[in-house]
Amino acid sequence: MSDLLSQDFLTALITGGLVAAVPLLFASLGELVSEQAGVLNVGLEGYMLFGAFLAFVVAYNTGSEWLGMLAGIVAGAAGALIMAVLCVRMNLDQIVIGIAIILLAEGSTSLIHDAAYAESRPSLGSPSELAIPGLKEIPILGDSLFSQHAIVYIGFALAFVVGWVMKRTSAGLSVRAAGERPEALDAAGVSVTATRTWATLFAGGMAGLGGAYLTIVGAGSFTPFITQGSGFIAIVIAMLSRGRAPWTILGGVLFGLSLSIATALQLIGVNIQTDYVQMLPFVVVIVVLVLFARRSYLPSALALPYVRGQK
Amino acid sequence: MTAAASPQKAPLLELRGITKAFPGVLANDRIDLDLLAGEVHALLGENGAGKSTLISILSGMYRPDAGTIRFEGRDVVIDSPRAAIELGIGTVYQHLTLVPTLSVLENLMLGSQSGTGRLDLAGARERFADLARLLGVDFKPGTRAGALALGQQQQVEIMKALWRQGSRVLILDEPTSMLTQQGYEELRRELEHLTAEGLAVVLITHKLHEAIELGDRVSVLRAGRKVGSLAPADLRGRSESELSARIVEMMFGEQASELADAVEVEAAPAAREQPRRRELGPVALAVRGLGLDADDEAVALADVGIEVRAGEIVGIAGVDGNGQREVAELIAGQRRPRAGEIRLFDEDVTRIGVRERERRGLRYVTDDRLEEGTVGDLDVAMNAVLKRIGRAPFWRGGAERRAEIDRFAEDLVARFDVRTPSVRTRVATLSGGNVQKLLLAREFAGKPRVVVFNKPTHGLDVRTAQFVRHQIREAAEGGLAALVISTEVEELVDLCDRIVVMSRGRVTGEVESSAGAEERIGALMVARAESGA
Amino acid sequence: MRARTMRLGEATLIAVVPIVLALVVMGVLLAVLGRDPFTFYADMFQRGLFEWEGFQESIIRSAPLLLIAAGLIVAFRASLWNLGGDGQFLLGAALTAGFAPSLLDSLGVWPMLVITMAIAIAIGGAWTLIPAILRGRYGVNEIITTLMMSFIGIGVANVLVKGPFRTDIGGVARTDLVPFDERLPLLFGTRIHLGFVIGVAAILAVHLLMTRTSLGLRLRVLGASPRAALHAGLSPVRLTVIAFALSGALIGLSGSIEILGVQGSFRADFNPAYGLLVIPLVFLARLNAIGSLVLVIVFSVIQIGGESAARQAEITSDVLLVLVGLMLLFMAVIEYVRVRRGIGTAYVPPEVADRVRPPGGQGGDGGASGVPAGEPRPAVGAGEVGSG
Repeated sequence: MSDLLSQDFLTALITGGLVAAVPLLFASLGELVSEQAGVLNVGLEGYMLFGAFLAFVVAYNTGSEWLGMLAGIVAGAAGALIMAVLCVRMNLDQIVIGIAIILLAEGSTSLIHDAAYAESRPSLGSPSELAIPGLKEIPILGDSLFSQHAIVYIGFALAFVVGWVMKRTSAGLSVRAAGERPEALDAAGVSVTATRTWATLFAGGMAGLGGAYLTIVGAGSFTPFITQGSGFIAIVIAMLSRGRAPWTILGGVLFGLSLSIATALQLIGVNIQTDYVQMLPFVVVIVVLVLFARRSYLPSALALPYVRGQK
Repeated sequence: MTAAASPQKAPLLELRGITKAFPGVLANDRIDLDLLAGEVHALLGENGAGKSTLISILSGMYRPDAGTIRFEGRDVVIDSPRAAIELGIGTVYQHLTLVPTLSVLENLMLGSQSGTGRLDLAGARERFADLARLLGVDFKPGTRAGALALGQQQQVEIMKALWRQGSRVLILDEPTSMLTQQGYEELRRELEHLTAEGLAVVLITHKLHEAIELGDRVSVLRAGRKVGSLAPADLRGRSESELSARIVEMMFGEQASELADAVEVEAAPAAREQPRRRELGPVALAVRGLGLDADDEAVALADVGIEVRAGEIVGIAGVDGNGQREVAELIAGQRRPRAGEIRLFDEDVTRIGVRERERRGLRYVTDDRLEEGTVGDLDVAMNAVLKRIGRAPFWRGGAERRAEIDRFAEDLVARFDVRTPSVRTRVATLSGGNVQKLLLAREFAGKPRVVVFNKPTHGLDVRTAQFVRHQIREAAEGGLAALVISTEVEELVDLCDRIVVMSRGRVTGEVESSAGAEERIGALMVARAESGA
Repeated sequence: MRARTMRLGEATLIAVVPIVLALVVMGVLLAVLGRDPFTFYADMFQRGLFEWEGFQESIIRSAPLLLIAAGLIVAFRASLWNLGGDGQFLLGAALTAGFAPSLLDSLGVWPMLVITMAIAIAIGGAWTLIPAILRGRYGVNEIITTLMMSFIGIGVANVLVKGPFRTDIGGVARTDLVPFDERLPLLFGTRIHLGFVIGVAAILAVHLLMTRTSLGLRLRVLGASPRAALHAGLSPVRLTVIAFALSGALIGLSGSIEILGVQGSFRADFNPAYGLLVIPLVFLARLNAIGSLVLVIVFSVIQIGGESAARQAEITSDVLLVLVGLMLLFMAVIEYVRVRRGIGTAYVPPEVADRVRPPGGQGGDGGASGVPAGEPRPAVGAGEVGSG
């Protein structure tokens, strides 16, 4: 039992948990904004894959982690652009297009990776770390918590920044109105389409960044289908956060821990089959949904297209 | 209402030749209109006359197919709501455009700041205070918009329309449809303040007396065209009945006599017919102590009790959204109450489902014709049997018998004069009036003993509305117990024997249909129910 | 009569065009990757269609896909998104593979076949219960719940196969092999097994169900508007559960067919991921069962041929995912163009039109009196609450 409090276990748990949590954090943060604006990105998994792949390619070829992450943002946003054009502007069904995006992302990233790297199987070196002096010295937890890649700290801060933007800026207000009552926003003279487009692109960029973290910091290389359903977990985290951005941190960490706990347990000799591990976050989601089924968490106009003049 | 005599001045806004067509309907046909500052210009016309389209054009929601708009003498193009707002045109739509989850202040700030930056909360609070004084508002800016009463929400809408400094034109689309008598008086006062400030106000209404009372100038629209206009000079010094007659003539020409009945309903309260002497049977529908918890889709109800006898027409009056729909759905069986009971011919049906209640003779004619009453994308015939899916003779052993269904539908269509090319036509292509007739036909086909009607004449043209009311009266003569929900007090007084009034989820009182009923109903619509049973 | 053949012609055209466009774009993609698209497509159709061996493979491949298509149609026409196909498929397969060997030993071939298929049907249907109730009673978005159950189902299938169902024979984890002779019987001297007939029968049954029966109409009403369903005296909760159960059952059966007809055993980590793949096909067919039958077979040809062509071109067969994604995309865009230009009649089952077609033009004046009946009326928007 004391093993559970050992340095090894906790370090493994936290490190592993953070690695799993960060992509979820970014993706769910972006999706939260997008859902508040009324766009459901079923294809979020696809944006993450696009981001994961391009980030790896760029990081590998330029040797720069940051360029890789930037590429990830761009790739994710490009995926979201499909959604923005077809669903926000042309009013096609968000779910149908979302499924198409996932298929395209899975297929194209696997295809190009196979064509380019099947033989070589390249990988990146260890990711850089930014240690916070002082905090790093905290016994047991310090080393794992405060010696992370810089992007991790940025991610946590970003959750609060986004929260502030949603509450205190005109942009955030427009986003919230777009998802709840687009007619009101339109009547107020603000373009619903533009608002939703920006929100969607933001979701894409964030998801792409999450994917980039996965390959650059997490795995060090790209494998097809590397996201393993994180896009969908991110959608759930966004829904459960009920529009409050900082909650995505909690959601991301919770699911991240559930993903990493098996590996950490293995370290202290408790062996659990990987299949159970992989199922755990999904079981947690179902349990949470069953327990909190009563209320619907979604903005009223979610996934409904807006056409001016329609009642 | 007459404004102080003002010297002849140039119009603030001139519309010339405005035309707008939609597939199958010419909504605006070469309309000319002048709006002067400091004046209330009433646009009068029945449903479908083109009023909403015209103001949608003014507010930037639609672009006209032809015609010009001049603002202070210069040609302008209003191609978006933003453009209208920039010109100083504020619109209060009939369907409220507030975001219920945001606060009042947030709703007012929506779109008011250019750019995407930080919200100027302090400045907004100041502006709120100014407008609150002007309009006599009694709620705080931090209140959640969804928590306000409908009259208050409308005040927020007016504030929103005036939010930008330098508003010149205020458009009000059917503002009194949601108001009680008291609210009407408040509106009248607000309009006086606003015109005193030099605003040009456009008031859309289908109620004749309202146009005359509130307007300084009245223009009458009919079937997309402007058929006449009364200038302030015309309005001054004439009695209301004179003006009514003139307007009716404008609207209906020679057929005026035919529609006297309908106009009577729209005109100011005139002498009432004697209450019908009908033989009343036993209590057909009894609702007692009905209670419901509020949720996303329902208003809370407390201790609601209503009784309807066979042969009686009972009305439920109240501002929209005060629990009437919930009562209807509870009676129909679409919802379960938290407390209370519902009895049909003295049998407790509270735990019984929709189908079984129908079998016992209860029907519900919903106001939501296309999303609830019918499935718009199915054809007329399928909709005619929508409540009998699986039953003989239309289905045998689960298999569909199309010929039987068609035959049944054709019979209904003929008897109720539903205008449709065939029974295989999609219901969504039918006009509102015909869908309503189809609904009536369907519900009456089952020879019901109790029917709940939710806003049965809402959005219908005069003729069809008459037809519907006639059907209800006839059925009552035949022993039907009818419960009619409506927001039009005059209609209820004309149609019903008794009227129950609801406010905020409670029954606040009951009024016999007789002289002075409207005032009493109006008072009850804003009253709070007495505490206790 | 002429109208019907014209409609059929048009229906074929709007289904075929997205496929052709997708093939063209994929051809470009192949070229960019340095492969010759013409060779690729030649190989693909050679193997998938023209070779007798290959064509049989295509038909064999279509069997489970047909069942999945049938299951998806039942759910989609009730406007319920069953995205949990993979989990339902694998559980049906795993349980079939797990129980088959012992049932075979104790009871013989036919009882084994019937019982394992029944088990697969049961588990597939049962696996949708939680999402169905969460959606029906509490309005919880079923996209999420079915996906979650799917991932869990995949995990459970693997746990079973690596655990209680595992064969004693060493090596990679899998179930005991059902001998070739004791699987689903083959048809008329071909290599095509009975599962294909079952698949076709399922499609036809679903077609009849949706178009001619009272249950089908009830599901369609639910799909059009849960409020209208409630008003009409139907029980949205009950219908949701029924739709999901039927859907899951059919997809569970497809997993069983895969084992009993093709694989013979369940190898750990087996997952052809058919669930998402069939979705574009049923939409291309506008949720029409007969149309889906045709498109599934066409796609099976493409898939079998494509897998072979990919091997020869030395690229991953995941390229077909791109093809299917493109097909869905093009279908959606074409549907949009058709609606905007007012071309042709609507093929989407009317009740779920909003799913695959954008809402029509601008709204008209509130309260549409004076519009002659029968003339198209400006579209009135949907007011559905929730996103499901």
